Order: sequence, then C-alpha cells, then structure tokens
Amino acid sequence: MLRWGRALRDNGVLGLNERNAQIIQRVNPRRLYPLVDDKLRTKRLAMGAGISVPELYGVIQSQHDVRSWTDITATQNDFVIKPAHGTGGDGILVVSGRSARQGTYQLIDGSMISEEGIRHHVSNIISGQYSFVGSRDTAMIEYRVATDPFFSAVTYQGVPDVRVLVYQGYPVMAMVRLPTRRSRGKANLHQGAVGSGVELASGRTMSGVLGNDVIHDHPDTGEAIGGLIIPMWSRFLSLAARCYELTGLGYLGVDIVLDRTKGPLILELNARPGLNIQIANKIGLKSRLAQVDTWATDNNAEEKVAIVCETFAT
Amino acid sequence: MRRLSGPGCNDMVIRGYRTLIIAGLLIAIGSFIFIYKSQVLGFPVQPDAETEVWTVEVTVSFDAGPGPIKANLYIPGLTPGFAILEENYLSRGFGYTPAYVDGGRQVQWTRRRARGVQTLYYRAVIYKDPSVIESDTTPPFPDSPNMRGPLRTAMDVLLEDVGAKSADPSSFTVELLKRLSRPDTDQNVEMLVGADPSPADIARTATKLLAAARIPARTIRGIYLQDQQRRASVVPWLEIHDGTNWLYFNPVTGEEGLPDNFLQWWTGDDPLFKMDGGRDAEVRFSVKGGSMSPVEVAQRRSDDKESLIGKISLFSLPIQTQAVYSVLLLIPIGALIVVLLRNVVGIQTFGTFMPVLIALSFRETQVLWGLLWFTSLVALGLTFRFYLDRLRLLLVPRLSAVLIIVVIIMVIMSVVSHELGFESGLSVALFPMVILAMTIERMSVVWEERGSRDAMQQGAGSLFVATVCYAFMDLDIARHLIFVFPELLLLVLAAVLLAGRYTGYRLTELYRFRELRRGDG
Repeated sequence: MLRWGRALRDNGVLGLNERNAQIIQRVNPRRLYPLVDDKLRTKRLAMGAGISVPELYGVIQSQHDVRSWTDITATQNDFVIKPAHGTGGDGILVVSGRSARQGTYQLIDGSMISEEGIRHHVSNIISGQYSFVGSRDTAMIEYRVATDPFFSAVTYQGVPDVRVLVYQGYPVMAMVRLPTRRSRGKANLHQGAVGSGVELASGRTMSGVLGNDVIHDHPDTGEAIGGLIIPMWSRFLSLAARCYELTGLGYLGVDIVLDRTKGPLILELNARPGLNIQIANKIGLKSRLAQVDTWATDNNAEEKVAIVCETFAT
Repeated sequence: MRRLSGPGCNDMVIRGYRTLIIAGLLIAIGSFIFIYKSQVLGFPVQPDAETEVWTVEVTVSFDAGPGPIKANLYIPGLTPGFAILEENYLSRGFGYTPAYVDGGRQVQWTRRRARGVQTLYYRAVIYKDPSVIESDTTPPFPDSPNMRGPLRTAMDVLLEDVGAKSADPSSFTVELLKRLSRPDTDQNVEMLVGADPSPADIARTATKLLAAARIPARTIRGIYLQDQQRRASVVPWLEIHDGTNWLYFNPVTGEEGLPDNFLQWWTGDDPLFKMDGGRDAEVRFSVKGGSMSPVEVAQRRSDDKESLIGKISLFSLPIQTQAVYSVLLLIPIGALIVVLLRNVVGIQTFGTFMPVLIALSFRETQVLWGLLWFTSLVALGLTFRFYLDRLRLLLVPRLSAVLIIVVIIMVIMSVVSHELGFESGLSVALFPMVILAMTIERMSVVWEERGSRDAMQQGAGSLFVATVCYAFMDLDIARHLIFVFPELLLLVLAAVLLAGRYTGYRLTELYRFRELRRGDG
C-alpha cells in the first residue's frame, strides 16, 4: 500500500485531500464561488464578456410561474431545462422534440414525457431537490446544443463535452467526455462515460478510459477514440483561459461543448473540478501545477494559451 | 516528490504550523487534566472496577450521670494503607469536636445535661489507599524505664540474653516478643509480663523493655476490616522505629509487618474511650464491607481536596442529564471516525454525520438487527418514495410524506415483530426517523440521477461507516473514558484538526488512480 502511494506521488498524482487543502483553499476564494455555483450568474457574466454560451430562453423562479415554461419554449422545438445550482449534471432534462401526440415531448434517451411531467420536474428544481445547498433554486431553460457531427461517431446519445482544467488562467489539462449507453447519455465519467485526454497543443485525443480501464474504441459505436483532432481547438483553450479572468478562480474546470453551428460554447464552470482528468490523460497534475506556479500571473489569456501550448505539448 | 511553490505556499506552511501548535496545546491540556484526574484524584481509567469500602461504626452507650458529660473517643487519624472517605458523628443533643491529640485523633462529645442511656455513634467509610503511609518522623530515643529491684534485674538479664541473640532492632524485637509470649518458660519473663499476659500486656511490656534497649516503640491499636463483623475487637500491635522506618510486629507471634486489612485506630496505651459524667460505658465496633464505584470514591475525594478540576465533572449533574451526556459524548468519537473513514480511507456516505446517528441507534438495536432493520426500512421507504414520485408532489410535502411513511413502517415493524416474538423489533423506534427520511430522499435522487449502483454503493458505505462508528462507540473503555474524563474531547478535537491537515492520498484513491501508478505515467 505504501508502495502504491509512493508510486502515485512519484507520478505527481493529485489526491482529493491535497486538492481540497492546498489548491482549492489557496486559489479559490470562497466569495467567488457563487459566480460559478449559480449557472445563471455564470451565464450572464459570460454573456457580458462576450464569451459564447448556449442561449438562455428563460428562467422560472417560483412555483407560481411553473406553468410558464410552455410560453418560454413556445417557439422552440427542443431545449434543455436545468437547475441553476445543480451539481454533477443532476436534474438536467434534455427535450429533443415535440411528439406527434399533443402535449407530449420526446427526451434525448427516446422516452416520452408529458407536459405535466415537465412541469413536475421544473417544480422539483425550484424546490431545491437538485441544489447542493438544499434551498430554493431557479430553473433555467436554454438552447439545446446540437452536437457537431465530428463527435457523433464516438458518442451514444447525449452531448459530449470537453473539460479544460485551468490553473491560474493557464489551461493545464484537458479531456473529452463521450456519453455511452451506460452513462445514459450523460457526459459524466463516474456514470460510465468514456474519458479521453486531449493533447493541449494539438487538440488530438488519446486512447480512452472507461471506468478505470484503458479502451481504444467507443463501447457502443465501436469507433476509435484516439487520434481525433478536435476542430477549433485553439478556441477551446482561449475560451477556457478567459473564464479565469471572468471569475478569478485559480482552480477552475471549464466545460465546453462543440455546437454544430455556433462552435465552442461554455456550458458550465466548476470551482471544484474532479481528478478523473488525470486518469483520462494518464498523467499526474502536480508537476504541471508546480510549473504554472513559477509563471507570471498577469499575462493575458492568449499569452497564457501560447505558453501552455509550448510547454505542455502533450 | 515535487512540492508546489509560489506565492501562497508560505501561508500553507504557516497554517500547517498553527494547526500543529493548536493541536499540541489541546493534547497537552487534555492529557494534563486526564493524568491529574487519574493519578492524583484517582479517577479510574478502567471501567467497572469496583473499589472495596468498609463502613466502620463505633457505638458508645452509657448511663448519663447528673452532671455535664464529656466523652472522648479515639477515632482513626493516621491509617497506613487506608484513607477515610467520609465520617460522621451521630449524637443527638451532644456537641462534638474532633481534634488531634497525643495518640491520634479524638472526638469529644459534650453535653450539659442528659438523662438515661445515651448512645453515641461514630461512622467512617474507609477504602484502601496505598499512598497513605506511616509518618516518617524519627522519634527521639526513649528514656529508660524507671525500674528497681528484682524487676530491674529480670529486665537486664532478659535484655542481655535477647541482645546476644539478635543483630538489629528488628530481630531484637522478634526475639523479645518470642520470649514475652512464653512466660512459662522463663521466670524473669513471668515476673515482667505476668503469668498469662494478654497481647496488650505483651505489647506494653515490650514497649517498656525496648525503651530500655534504646529502641523507640509504641503500641498501636486497630481493628481487622472484614466483611460483616457485628463486633470487631480492638487488636494491639507493636510498632518500633529502627532508625529509618517504622516496623510493625504482631506482639503474640512476633511476625513482622501489618496485615493487609488492619486498620490502625490509635496509638499508645490510653483507653479507646474515656468519659466524665457517665458510667457503664460500652464501646462496640462493627464493620461492614461493601463496594463503591471508583468514580464516586474519586469524586468525594476531590471534593475533600477542593480540587477545581475534580469538581468540573459530569457526575455533579442530575442523573437524567448524565444519561443524556453519556450518549452525546459518544458523538465526537463517531465524528472522528467519520473524518478518518472519509478523508483518509475515502468512503462515500449519505450525509456527513448520518452514519454517526445510525450508529447511536445500533447501540439499542444490536448491530446485526440494526443493519437488518435499517436496510428493510430504507428499502421499503425507497419503494414508496418511487411511487410517490408518480404523484408529482412538491418537494416538502413529498419529504413529509416519506417521513410519515417511515414512521408508519416503524410502527408496523414493531407491532408485527412483537407479535411474532422478536423483541428486537421494538427497538426500531429508536432510529432517527427524520434522518431516515432524508436518507431515503437523497438516495432516491442519487438512484435516479446516477444509477442504482451509485446509490447502493453510497448506502453500503454509510452502513459500513455506521458499523465502524458503532464498534468504537460501544467499547466499554471508550464510553467510560469519555464520560469520566470529558477532557479527552480535547484530544479528539486535536485528532480531527490534524486529520484536517492530512493531504496525502485516500486509501480508495490508491485503487482509483491505479492506472497512474505504473511507470512514468
């Protein structure tokens, strides 16, 4: 056991305790958390700074207004309903279209939901069922990202996203998360999505990780995961780097999706990004964080991306 | 290993030291009070050890005369090997004053006027205390007794003979006592001590003869502490000083050393009881053995010592409040275990302290039954919860509905298992129902959003942590220590603070990151 621990340490693997005590507590001031914990605030902040995000159709803040969701989505065929304070993708309802039958909608996994079912979901969100503080929450209704065909070969339902880990404004590691049948369309590694590291300079994917196993092909589509070059990669990186300037959080997870027509969009920010990214990249974080600590903090986002691409080629 | 460097790092180091200092202080204070209480005040470290105590009662009855009454009774003062826990003087109408006098301690009862038979009581509760030892003042050399004629000759002959057969004061005394107890074999001895000497006679004569040999000696009087003695008798013992220590001898057998259960009452040849203004006095000793919780003994003793630390104790609270605290004080232990299992081992649970509360109820249900009841309650609750979901209720009404259903299931479980003869079913009532309802709600959300595997995993983790908490919280020694020595909470707090600075890998991470263990990544 001790030897295992030493092996992890030698490889610079960051553990949860060390992340919490020595990274997050040091570089993420608590007062900045609401900026990212409230997705509505994040979205408005991003829009104000001209950072592209999925369009917000509307918000519902009280039980009284629950019924108004139909007005908000009246002109939309598909949309996403999510809690402003949700965690880990909980409580997100992705409506992919209206069904032939009046008052019925189709969800992304193919199942049907009634108008009343959606209303109940919105009501649950407002009650705070998915909120990690457990208090009242706000339901957001927004544009449903249309996945770029680039990813469709390695995605089962759902929307794949790219998680970029940004440390003091420098993107230090990235991975792409591909939904599978097991993850039920969710891009969460913990629920069975495939994770794959992305080379920072080139945007090229590596072989994937499913659970804790290394895999080369997507379990559902059978297509190779590694070796894909993500289009518009430099925009991913600069979007991620700019989120640091937006929030001031030193240790930040930026989730970016690639929309068919709108290109990379910021989906959400996370002030406590997980450590699975190390598994997907098969490399520990610590040496990169240590290296960033030696760099200047006052470079602008573009300069930071340039430095990173030069140093952390893989 | 590479360390993170940079602007914030000095801060981290300072904070680390600060935690260490605070934890060190807490440990120092906690251990100091603990050691003081256990070593000086004698609070027991082990649970359920009983301390033997004896209640010694002296009853004095006499006929009061016409005039004022003044009665003096020796009471224990210097008692090697024993300590007095409490004593009282029962004497209606009499004033009393205990005082140190020659030969030990006396209580003086006084009364202006009394009629008929009077009874005075002195009662002392005695317990063994090896720390009480004979005073080590060296007495002056005694004067040689003033004897003349044939007695003098007999004494000189005897002492010379004994002196020739002994090497030091101790062996001299043994030899002397041997002779004195057999007066029929030696005329000189018979002349000194009488034909049929009582142990007291022997001790008194020995004291005199030892004085002639320049050995300080005295008679001490005491009783044997035995369980249930209605009439204990006072036994004389001979004590000599060999220049450095006081030594004890059985005046009849010459054996050295005090028996374990000999309680010294007074010294010298004065009578136990002396009075003016009364007659036909009768003095009776009775001894009753018993046991007492060592905590109580320590408690009373620290009351005597006026120790502030001893006074700050949970035992001074009303008994119901004590019962509450005996449970509440276990929660910090549970919290420490939760900290270790979550941050060092890395087990996921529902709710931070839910396992601690479950563990508390395990104390009543027994762990296996507790696990069984808990699992079935949660399973049934979840079933209803999933059904309730279809009714599309708002959150708070739904939570309340789950809570009510949990209560109903508990009632049914208790009634059914009681009818079937499983008495353990009754203890279901002790589960924290609100916590259960919240757990069911959380579990159902996890179940829906992250799948059954996650929900089961966290549920099992919670039960595992609860079981471990229970194992520690149910240890007799833990329950005893934390209640008798609540200052140990400071140590628990220090341990939690230190665990809060643990930044190494969690045990589960060794497995989780196993792909990253090999080679250079």
